[in-house]
Amino acid sequence: MSKDLNKIKVGLAEMLKGGVIMDVTTPDQAKIAEDAGAVAVMALERIPAEIRKDGGIARMSNPEMIKGIQKMVSIPVMAKCRIGHFAEAQILEALEVDFIDESEVLTPADEKNHIWKKDFKIPFVCGARDIGEALRRIGEGAAMIRTKGEAGSGNIVEAVRHMRTVQNQMKELTVMDSEELMATAKNLGAPFELVEIVAKNGKLPVPNFAAGGIATPADASLMMQLGAESVFVGSGIFMSEDPANRAKAIVDAVTHYKDAKKLAEVSSRLKSAMKGLDISEIPEEQRLQERGW
Amino acid sequence: MKVGVLALQGNYEMHCKVLEKINIEPVYIKYPYELDMVRGLIIPGGESTTMSKLMNRIDLYDGILSFAKKYPVLGTCAGLILMSNKVVDSNLTPLRLLDINIKRNGYGRQINSGTVNVELKLEDTDYSIPASFIRAPKIVDYNNVKVIAQYEDVPVIVSNGKHLGISFHPELDNITILHEYVFLNGDK
Repeated sequence: MSKDLNKIKVGLAEMLKGGVIMDVTTPDQAKIAEDAGAVAVMALERIPAEIRKDGGIARMSNPEMIKGIQKMVSIPVMAKCRIGHFAEAQILEALEVDFIDESEVLTPADEKNHIWKKDFKIPFVCGARDIGEALRRIGEGAAMIRTKGEAGSGNIVEAVRHMRTVQNQMKELTVMDSEELMATAKNLGAPFELVEIVAKNGKLPVPNFAAGGIATPADASLMMQLGAESVFVGSGIFMSEDPANRAKAIVDAVTHYKDAKKLAEVSSRLKSAMKGLDISEIPEEQRLQERGW
Repeated sequence: MKVGVLALQGNYEMHCKVLEKINIEPVYIKYPYELDMVRGLIIPGGESTTMSKLMNRIDLYDGILSFAKKYPVLGTCAGLILMSNKVVDSNLTPLRLLDINIKRNGYGRQINSGTVNVELKLEDTDYSIPASFIRAPKIVDYNNVKVIAQYEDVPVIVSNGKHLGISFHPELDNITILHEYVFLNGDK
């Protein structure tokens, strides 16, 4: 098959819209996620809340573990590599994962540069806190953007901040005069051609998902109503008291995100959510969202 | 004329854009009663396991089955899987709108995805269109359907005269002829 790579990469991201992508650390968790209706799973050795607690260097997952998950489920399998660590990404591509997350949740491997994602046949998703960061990642070849939020916090406040920031900046671009776009591109640190595209269409040229702190069906609905096209749930499911029910409830919440009665119904049978952290409890140098350039 | 687009999960927005181009008003379908408003239905691409679970949770299954007795249904990719008679590698229960058997991801994982050209004839006109396969399902057996296009000797568009199933994504390449064929030309 011939490869108009960008179309095929962004195409898979399009197919994941209106769904929930769940972090899983074992094949059994992957099965729970698939049975709940996840559109994809993110295979990783430790969920963000555990990485935060344990410390040390967080790296790409063990290939054996990724293969175990690929064998267990038929939905797409994603995996994370460190920012700038293109060798890890090459290994993930060789394993035929369906999507790579160049993720701030892992310890960065390069403090200046991200991966040149256009060199790969499989698509990448990257985190962003504002539109400049989003367009830099798309310029490098990302096929999907997600908010960074604050992974492993169980606290939605940072994801909301990042989603609102990106949405407001997109709106601002659409009402600018052409003369203003170049200076804006310079200030945002974003590729001019992509700034022009957003100014014209009022949206990113790739799907825009939410991640980082989603713990409840209401959190998922909030992010969808703020403009997210799908949600990633990391620690929120398997750190809760009833992962299978919570996973299913969040899937239902994303599909019916505007239907408050439905949201009340799916939220009512759940046990406790993960405990979570106030952002002020996390010292600035330990905030994962600060990683990425 | 209004046509519904099943909007539980997947790339339903792109199908709406195709419908608007051919002057059909799209309506998002998330509940069975919404089918009363439309005269055709699209089941889009996305994750078939996810869509099937969501369909069961809100009783859309029977709603679509009785709707499909009267009105045409077009399915792409995951939609084709849901319209099939049997999915050979999964315990997913399909709608059995087309007499075909399906292997999910039959064309491989994302790394094997890509675009090819396929030839087809509709209403005596020949077309050559791009066909984008993304973790696409493969038709492994079929009966009582007309093969409208094939790739490497395997059917990729099939019709039973009323419903149409496609294993790739015409909506990603702005192809409108298949939507027109199903929803604007009456029964074939």
